[in-house]
Amino acid sequence: MKSIKTILILFACAIVSAFTIKTTEGYHVGDVIEDFKLKNIDDTMVSLSDYKEAKGFVIIFTCNQCPYSVVYEDRIIALDLKYKKLGYPVIAINPNDPRASRGDGFEEMKVRASEKGFTFPYLFDEGQNVYPKFGATKTPHVYIVSKSGMNVEYIGAIDNSSRKPEAVTEKYVEDAVDALLAGKKLVKTKTRAIGCSIKVF
Amino acid sequence: MVKKCFITLFFISLLGSCKNEEITFVQSYTYNELKTLLEKNDGKTYVINFWATWCAPCVKELPAFEKINKEYATKNVTVILVSLDFPKQIAKRLIPFINKKKLQSKVVLLNDINEDFWIKAIDSTWSGAIPATIIYNGKDRKFYEQSFDYDQLETELQPFL
Repeated sequence: MKSIKTILILFACAIVSAFTIKTTEGYHVGDVIEDFKLKNIDDTMVSLSDYKEAKGFVIIFTCNQCPYSVVYEDRIIALDLKYKKLGYPVIAINPNDPRASRGDGFEEMKVRASEKGFTFPYLFDEGQNVYPKFGATKTPHVYIVSKSGMNVEYIGAIDNSSRKPEAVTEKYVEDAVDALLAGKKLVKTKTRAIGCSIKVF
Repeated sequence: MVKKCFITLFFISLLGSCKNEEITFVQSYTYNELKTLLEKNDGKTYVINFWATWCAPCVKELPAFEKINKEYATKNVTVILVSLDFPKQIAKRLIPFINKKKLQSKVVLLNDINEDFWIKAIDSTWSGAIPATIIYNGKDRKFYEQSFDYDQLETELQPFL
């Protein structure tokens, strides 16, 4: 009897801790990522394996309403235009639960993408199963993945001046992709920037 | 002309004082300047919250910080709200927000573009998402990349007192 009680208590503790301990886990640089299948704003399903010609991916967790995402929209489009033809397309994923983040619904994503003229897929992480695997915590949050081994090569920010595009002195993502394209070692594989926490319901 | 200016200024200041301590200015800090607020060693407990007016979960948890600031003032606890609003939004959004919500805790602005440097310097585990909070007293320090309600915040604060 006593042991059943103990087990129950332990079980209850395990449940409580499972819900309270923050998951900071996720992919680290060097890890192999799992492919995903998510709905794009054109209502098709997109997986990384669809990109037969790609050499890698610039995966960016971003959203409609976060001011830091918004200030980066033009720079994300520019990245896609520059690197898609070199084999590193941008894949944008909105990780927010629209019930917890007004303005991040799938229909609103379509509107924003067409207003801004997104040149890249803008995927909806329906059910929020993908971003936790990556360990993304905020928007925008970038993961550069090389396709040969599906390894994470870089995690972090787009550049070193989110709020002032004219003050950028280091373009982290461009530097990383340029190095990958040239077969060189990346100088910086991890950087940080302020962003909006990912919204869960 | 000068006289006119003075009269106008006089009325503006009068208007200001009538409106019951409305603020018109928020002190802006670079990270190096802010550092002194994050490393005091005066026996007090500091609760430092990183937030912005556009950050919904931050705005939602502000009342908990305000309440701590009020309830624990006599226990040597000071709350400092470090805004990460964009500099352009200070006059348009941050100041009106502080006045509208009648925030009593000290609000400062962190305006420093080199985020990759200062996010790590503030805490090695901080990914850069807000809200984020530091509670410290001298060398005792804890960092939280999460949202709080009043009870949680009070529970975390207790061991520092």
